[in-house]
Order: sequence, then C-alpha cells, then structure tokens
Amino acid sequence: MHFVYNDEQVMLRDSVDRYGQDVWHGADRKVIVAEGAARRWCDMADLGWLALALPETHGGLGGGPVDVMAVMEGLGRHLMVSPFVATCVLAPALLANGGDAAGEVMAQIGRGEALVGAGLIEAGGGHDLHRVASRAERSAGTWRLTGAKLHVEDGADADWFIVSARTAGAEDDEGGIGLFLLPAGADGLTVERFRSIDQHRHARLKLDGVTAAIPLASVDNALPTITAGVDRAICAYLAEATGSMEAAADATLEYLRTRQQFGVAIGSFQALQHRMVDMAIACEEARAMTYQATLSLHHAAQARRRAVSGAKARVSQSGIFVGQQAVQLHGGVGFSDELIISHHLRRQMMLDLAHGPADHHVALFAQAAVAA
Amino acid sequence: MNLDFDAAEIAFRDEVREFFSQGIPSDWRAKVRAGLRLAPEDLIAWQKRLAARGWGAPTWPKAHGGTGWTATQQYIFWSEAARADAPMQFHQGLELIGPIIFTYGSEAMKAHYLPRIIAADDWWCQGYSEPGAGSDLAALRTRADRDGDHYVINGQKMWTSYAHVADQMFVLARTAQEARRQQGISLILVDMTTPGVRVRPIETMDEKRVTAEVFLDDVRVPLASLVGEEGMGWTYGKVLLDRERMVAAANAIFLTQVIRGIRDAATRRRIGGVALIEKPGFAAKLAQFEIEVTALQTMVLRLMDDAARGADSGPRGSMVKLRWSQLTQAGTALWTEAIGPEAAHFAAIDHAALAPDMPYAVQGALYSRVTSIYGGSSEIQRNIIARRALNL
Repeated sequence: MHFVYNDEQVMLRDSVDRYGQDVWHGADRKVIVAEGAARRWCDMADLGWLALALPETHGGLGGGPVDVMAVMEGLGRHLMVSPFVATCVLAPALLANGGDAAGEVMAQIGRGEALVGAGLIEAGGGHDLHRVASRAERSAGTWRLTGAKLHVEDGADADWFIVSARTAGAEDDEGGIGLFLLPAGADGLTVERFRSIDQHRHARLKLDGVTAAIPLASVDNALPTITAGVDRAICAYLAEATGSMEAAADATLEYLRTRQQFGVAIGSFQALQHRMVDMAIACEEARAMTYQATLSLHHAAQARRRAVSGAKARVSQSGIFVGQQAVQLHGGVGFSDELIISHHLRRQMMLDLAHGPADHHVALFAQAAVAA
Repeated sequence: MNLDFDAAEIAFRDEVREFFSQGIPSDWRAKVRAGLRLAPEDLIAWQKRLAARGWGAPTWPKAHGGTGWTATQQYIFWSEAARADAPMQFHQGLELIGPIIFTYGSEAMKAHYLPRIIAADDWWCQGYSEPGAGSDLAALRTRADRDGDHYVINGQKMWTSYAHVADQMFVLARTAQEARRQQGISLILVDMTTPGVRVRPIETMDEKRVTAEVFLDDVRVPLASLVGEEGMGWTYGKVLLDRERMVAAANAIFLTQVIRGIRDAATRRRIGGVALIEKPGFAAKLAQFEIEVTALQTMVLRLMDDAARGADSGPRGSMVKLRWSQLTQAGTALWTEAIGPEAAHFAAIDHAALAPDMPYAVQGALYSRVTSIYGGSSEIQRNIIARRALNL
C-alpha cells in the first residue's frame, strides 16, 4: 500500500503542469479558447499524451489509470479545455478488441488525427447505461441504426462516434446491447452541437437509418465493456476535478492573504479561515477518493463500480462545494468572467454532470452495497 | 501507487482475523458499534488478553514493549478489530501518557509504568482541563509548589474521564509563574490514592457517568513524579498531537462498526412490509454516510503512508479528528432514525425488554456530541489547520 507516483508519473505530471503554465494562462483564457482546440491538440499529440492510454499494439504507450491520473490532475489544475477524456480515455476503452476498423481509429487517435465521442445515454433513460431504446437491426449483412443519443460528451467536433444500440431485448434489459462505430459524416446521422458553460463542446445525435455503422466486439453483450470504459473515464474526471479544486483553493488562500478590507488581510477573520479549512478538507477528501477509485479499477465489476460511484459522488459534492466557496470568498471578482475562479466553479458543475451527477452515483453505490 | 496488501500483510491479516474470531461476547456488539466504551472491567480484561498475545501496545516501538508494527500492520489490526466488533483499546495510558513517558521519562519511570500500562495494571486519567481552562488550556491555574522533596499540588481539574476508576493521573500544573503562560507548566504523575485527591462525578446528557471533576487539595507527591524537566509540560503536551493523529486514525477505522449497526437495524425494521434499507430515501442516506466514511478511511491510509515514509502529514491528523467526529455524529443519528419509534424507549420503567440496539444507539448518538468538543474542539481543529497548514 502506498500513494506515491513513480518517477515516470512525476515527470508526466510535471510536463502537463509546465505546459499548463506556458500555454493556459488564466488571464488569456478567452483568447486561448477562441483560437480553437486544433493547435493545442497537435501540441498534446507531440507531447505524447494522446497515445498514453492506447494499447501498444495500436501505436500507444499502454499507460494505466495512474498515468492518466497524472495527466488529468494538470488538465484540471490549469483548466485546459480539451476532449482528452472522451477521445483518449473513454474511446480506447470502448474500441479495445473491436476489430480492424476500431484499431485504425485508435491509431488515428494516438497521432492526433481523430476525435471520438461516445453516445451512450438517451432521453428517458437518465444516466443509466443499460436503458437503450435506439435499435440496431441487421439485414443483408448490414447494421441499420435508428434512434437518438441525448448527449455526447465533447462530441461536437468528433470525427467518429461510438454509440450503444439495442440488438435484442426490452429497453431496460442489460443484455442485447451492442456498440457501433460510425463516421461523423454518415448518411442518416444528424449531429446537433452545443457549447457548455465551461467552454466544452458537446453533441446530441439523431440516428435515422444509419447504415455506415461498424459493429464493435460484442453486438449483444456490450454493457460490461461500456460500464468498464465509463468507469475509466470517470476516474480521469475525478483527477481533473481534484486538480481544479486544488487550484481554486490555492488561489483563494492567496487571495485571503493579500486582499485587504477593514485595514487588514481578510484571511485574519476566523469565519473566513474556517471556510478555507473546510475547502482544504474537501480537497483532501477528493484526492483520497480519486486515488481509492483509480486504484480499484482493476477489481471485479461489483467492487469497481462501488469504488468508482462512491468516489464520483463525493468528488462531485466536494468539487461543487470548493468551487462555490472559492467564488464566495473572492467576493465580487469571484463572480466575474475575468478571474479564473468562476471558471473552476463552472467546470466543477459540468464535471458533476458528466457520466452522472452525485445523486445518481449515490444510488448506484447503494445498489452495489446491497448486492455486496 | 497501489492499495493492495502484499503477501506478508495478507498473512498478518489472517493471523489477526483468527485471533479476533473468538473471545468477543455478543453482548458487546451494540455498545461497541455505537462508539461507546465498555465497562472498565471488560476493557481491562480485553487489554490483558491482547497483552498476553504480545499485542498490548500496537503503536509502541519494540524497545518499550510494543509490537513495533508498521503503519500498514496497525491499519490491518484495527480494521480486523473493527470487523470483528472488538472494542478499541482504552487510549489514555496507551496513547496519551505512555508515549510521553517513554520519550521524556526517567529510566525508573519507564521501568515501572510502561509494563503496567500494557498489562492494564494501571488505569490512567488525564488531568488537563480546568473550569477556566478548556480550549484555552494555557489558562490553567493548578499549582505544584516544591516543599522539600515533594510537590504540593492545589487546584481543580475538570472533564477528567474515568477519574473514578483510575489508579493514576497525569496532571498539568504550574511550577512557576512566567510571563508567557505556556511556560512554567510541568507534567506530574499523581497516584489517585494520595490524600487530598477527591473525585466528584459529573452527570452528562448520555447518562454514562464516566467523567468527573477532580479536586486537588495539598496533594503531596515525590519530586520524582515529575516527567522530564520542570516547565516543559506544554512542550511535552505537543507530542500528544502526533499521537492523537493515531488515535483519530484508529477511531476513523472503527467507523465501519456503526455502518453495520445502521445496516442491521434498517434490515430488521420493516415498514409496510418493506425493509427500511430497501427504501430509496434511507438507502441513499446510508450510502452517503458510507461514502464519506470511505473518504475518511482513505485519508487515514494516506496519513499512515506518510507515517511509514517519515513524511510530515501536515494537518491531516486534525482533519481526520474533525471529520471523524462529524461522521460519528451523523452515523449514530442515522442508526437512531433506523430504529424508529422505539428509539424513545431508552430505559424500561418496569421489566420490559428494550428494542434491539437500545439504549446503545441513542446513547451513542448522545455521546457523539462530545466528540467534536473534546481533544480540541472542531473549531480549535480548524484554527490549528488554518494556522499550521494554511499559514493564515
């Protein structure tokens, strides 16, 4: 049992931190985001991050969850807006053992040539991954997909989509779910695009008889692959949330030391000190839960689900608490767009939502506990 | 980075699990799970059993009769104890005065007292707080004046838990009047049978009757009762902060017991034919509690990992104390909620049987209120973290 990064992971974490300091200045945030993600994506490809979690058989570095955590902390700390988790963590997990086409897409991901989004949830299904009403029907050797996917995290600019669709059974059966890979330009696919309050770019999909879909490994029992992939993505987001929380807390602490009101630093007021302490404790809890979940990813499904859902719930709660307190302790400037603080809160709100908010995961944790 | 035990640690876990698999009476269960201490005679018997196995002092170095265990072994030991519904060891001798004696005490003191602590031959109580010195401990007024080869102690101590059963008390007393209040305070050991020591129980809201006031009137103790040097009592007390992080860590590990208490009560109780634990509202509250306990326990693992590497754990000890007290309060409240209407049946007026877990769940909920007050209140813990870790 130990909680220390190895030397390579320290180097990785430091390189992300340096890149964040060099490129992602909080004060220039508007300009950086407006430039678009393409150039920065090339930077990240050059730095080798995009291939980190890809298997070595497809041009990747074969990095594990702790390596991903080392990168994600920095993405969170510097609030880098990028589709990294969707493309480089979730997509490879869903594409693994998915055949030749999937292998080629993974190679493209590593080279920075393709963005991939995953459409896994639907209207009326909450965040439940097994509630799939979209259908995939096979006729004359071709799969034909019909239905809609409510939200694709970071999917607005995707070149490829991976969607779940039902090949058998009722809308809430755990079996009978397949995974399909389709190009963004497929006939019958409508991609509706949205910007969120944290500047990420998402999508909603309509599937109207799409025939260009390529089936991935399992066409009737993909749910275990989907939940395992989503759990990896969640762990990456936990590390991002923790990095963001710590950055927001650090900035707030600095502000308490320097901001003068009533002739003294506001950090001399006990009411504010105690709030700051509660933020520091929330950061500690989030880091502990991030470790605990990430280091449980190799466990059997039940134990893994419980660890990840418990962590997702607590990190979401802690992240929103820290973000809100950071805004409050900064006062008016905390509310402004100019200061980085409000961007941390906005990101925490969206991180809570990504792959299911705290309450959803509390319920999943409870289910796993009853079964345990 | 990994959270898995190695083969030697798994073997150790199995050995500990085997030990805890017997000798724990079932009538201890509800009390222990509710975070309540067993009766002193039960705790003494328990300590003697551990001592006979060589496990009397899990956190002490071997040189002083301890186990010399690693932080991971301590974690395993406490986890297994918690899992078996075993009680926590009584800490005032083992964790509070013992380590001060082996760090600062004379050879004679070590030879006499340390084995007696491990063997539970002496029960120790802590004479720190006073009516005018609570969170502001440096305001203490109890005096120890030299008279020949004795100190003569005069003053009043308060919230001295288990003073009525204790054989020995460690007392902070003023041996000199200095400009700085923290100076001139000494740590002195007092035999509770010494003439002039008078104990008066304090009734508390949990009806536990474990704490007391101690009046010290011309109590004469030999000069050799002084621990270390005169005027250094405050500094020695700071050693406790390091030890207290281990007490807080152990407490946090034992929180799994209250989870089982809640779970059993909520499984037993049915409302409209459905077990309470199956109801989504209650299940969500229990899940939230368990999740927060998991977070705290992982913080404890990090604390222990720091200790194993000799790294400074900064404010984590205070954070663990603070969060543990919040969670023991939340947990016992949820347990009380799970019991339902019969939580009102605290004591039988005639001879009727109480509901299962009663009165302990409610008594635990009441007792839990003091956990955020003693050992440095939650507000003091926040002050400590703000000052030491955040430099505010």
